[in-house]
Amino acid sequence: MPERRRGVTRRQIIAGFFTLLGLLLIATNAGGLGAADPTTTRLGFGVPGPVIEVPTTLSLTVIGVIFVAAGVLGFVPASEQASTPALWLSGVLLFPTVLIWAAAGKQTNVITMVSETLRLGTPIALGAMAGIWAERSGVVNIAIEGMMLTGAAFGFAAFVFTGNIWLGVLAAIALGGLISLIHGALSITFKTDQVISGTVINILAIGVTGYLRRQFIVDSGGGRVTLPDITIPGLSQIPILGPLFFVGKPIFFGMLIIVVVTHLVLFFTRWGLRTRAVGENPKAADTVGINVTRVRYIDVAISGLIAGLAGAWFSLETVGNFDDGMTAGKGFIALAAMIFGKWMPFGAFGGAMLFGFAEALQTRLQILNVQIAGTPVPNQFLQVLPYVATMVVLAGLIGRAVGPAAAGKPYEK
Amino acid sequence: MAQAVEGRTPSGPAGFRAIYERYSPLLVPVLAVFTALVLGALMIGLTGGDWLAAYIGLWQGSFGSPRAIADTVVRSTPFIICGLGVALGFKAGLFNIGAEGQLYAGAVCVVVVGTVLQLPPVLHIPLGIIAGALGGAAWAAIAGILKARTGAHEVINTIMLNYIAIRLTDWLIKSKTPYILGDPADASGARTRFIADSARMPGIPVGDTTMLHLGILIAVALVFLADWFLKRTTVGFELRTAGVNANAARYAGISVPRTIVLAMALSGMMAGIAGAGEVMGVRYALNADFFSGLGFDAIAVALLARTNPIGILFAGLLWGGLLTGARLMQVRAGLSIDVIKIVQALIIMFVAADQIVRFIYRIPQRRAGEETMISKGWGGG
Repeated sequence: MPERRRGVTRRQIIAGFFTLLGLLLIATNAGGLGAADPTTTRLGFGVPGPVIEVPTTLSLTVIGVIFVAAGVLGFVPASEQASTPALWLSGVLLFPTVLIWAAAGKQTNVITMVSETLRLGTPIALGAMAGIWAERSGVVNIAIEGMMLTGAAFGFAAFVFTGNIWLGVLAAIALGGLISLIHGALSITFKTDQVISGTVINILAIGVTGYLRRQFIVDSGGGRVTLPDITIPGLSQIPILGPLFFVGKPIFFGMLIIVVVTHLVLFFTRWGLRTRAVGENPKAADTVGINVTRVRYIDVAISGLIAGLAGAWFSLETVGNFDDGMTAGKGFIALAAMIFGKWMPFGAFGGAMLFGFAEALQTRLQILNVQIAGTPVPNQFLQVLPYVATMVVLAGLIGRAVGPAAAGKPYEK
Repeated sequence: MAQAVEGRTPSGPAGFRAIYERYSPLLVPVLAVFTALVLGALMIGLTGGDWLAAYIGLWQGSFGSPRAIADTVVRSTPFIICGLGVALGFKAGLFNIGAEGQLYAGAVCVVVVGTVLQLPPVLHIPLGIIAGALGGAAWAAIAGILKARTGAHEVINTIMLNYIAIRLTDWLIKSKTPYILGDPADASGARTRFIADSARMPGIPVGDTTMLHLGILIAVALVFLADWFLKRTTVGFELRTAGVNANAARYAGISVPRTIVLAMALSGMMAGIAGAGEVMGVRYALNADFFSGLGFDAIAVALLARTNPIGILFAGLLWGGLLTGARLMQVRAGLSIDVIKIVQALIIMFVAADQIVRFIYRIPQRRAGEETMISKGWGGG
């Protein structure tokens, strides 16, 4: 869509960013290099685990030099072969940099950080899978937020009234699927604009869940119980990987399974091939006898079921209660994760974990009580982190990521 | 197509049929509202409420007395102005869900102008409105620039900007070391300092608590201004062309990226003016929980009016009326205010999927060009 613009390119912006950041790191840290008693950051790996002690100023200066080198290289024309990996390395180095800087003079547990990232990335990854299912079949689904909210509210209500938390999870999934059928009816059968249809669902979800909460949930006084922790015997004993991937709550495991299954179904089964065909070229798919409407309905329903499960993560796995608007934009961040992953399940998982890291970092920085220029950073600035990260990622990547060709267009025979 | 339409129209005098066909598009929103209210009554009845008492309360609370009407008008003003902003975006093919954040951005600028400067009202009030307009425009332009330069979809970016604006406003209000906009005299720390008397909009007091302020006149003026802008100016034409067919616009020499940024800025400007109206006419300060969900409400109003500026005036009044009446409805029937949110969502559903309404009431199908088409994927490539 954007016309080929003159002036600066994306590469130059990224290179400029790393050059400036590197210079900033060198300027603030190089001065403390010769200090007699250097500040150190202790990075722990697991509770009974190794602790690596890193000299803060030295490591930050070294990273700063790497950033500047990569940035300058990025400005040199025709140096793509060398500068692309250098810039990627710089991008990856951002994560330890933030941790070393924030925990200067203190200790921070890296494993906890990673597991928090995985935990907080769970609803985003699920939402991204929901987005992939809908968009791969050619239906833009910006209603994931509303479907999550509905799942969270009705799942919690079902838990309160039946007393069985697993029934709550089932209800969340079912309601997500049910409300996605409204999106299907509006956008597939009635050929309403898909963004408008999604917005309608989002408005409807806010109203229905608020009504449900004030009319029924508030008085019932249940809740404050969350899904139990599960430890997979044997596998959880593996050092580092064990506590990360084999200890957690059920919906987290569900997410890991759904990511893998989504990939397998989309790319290795007949149904997946049909879904992608309908999303790329519905006319051709129709010509060879695929029922476009049916495929889209089922895929949108799958999308809703997954989004409903993501909703259960909020009310039943994490908080143990339902609050108005508790999804806080995660459904939209999930869409950004999906675009980040170029509509591929594992890529979207990576994107979700990036945003999960932004969330985890926000709470971690609050705990570490980070200071800039002697004054503590206001919490509100830290809360903004995931949203800013979403915008930066979206702006940096979208021009290069192209989604399914037919997404957004109702199919007219 | 013409034959099909004729076959479905009810038989009657030729003149009547012509009028019917001419105005049937107008009928759809009216019937959508009616259908949504019927479904709302069903829902209230099924969950054990008294729907008749609820609806009588709703009517009396919104249009039943001079004071109720004044309340409704005041409540509707931001919806009308923000709805106009969203409609301007729609015309350019942009989907601005960010009215809420833009309103906050505008309101913050108004509070700064209203508390820092000391001016006579003749200057202070227009300056406040301009500050609000600029604040909203700048905040929305971020999403516009990102869309024009990188193709990042404005739906996600405006939502993210909403959350960012709310958090930053919260910080501006609640920061105690040092106080930025917060009021040291206010113990709860939930609002900014009050703006100067000279920056407050004049109005007519109705009842004890309601002040029918200047904002509604500004809203009406903006409605006609927007109508004129879209239909009679070159820029308005460029904006509409870019919205209908970006490729044709590009071929005709219109700079599409420039149009996108301009349309977003104008859209946000409206929301900023609405913020100015709320600060200068209603609260005289800015609260942290100022206007939640406004972004969606503004979209709803614009859709209900099918992005027609004059229609937005009425759609906004309906929206404000429903919310104003909801309070009395809550008292009379013991129902949560959220019932109204559901009714509003149903209204939008029936307006968006007008085939349902047309099918129920046997209204001819819409003709080509009547539908609103917004989404074109995520703008990659």
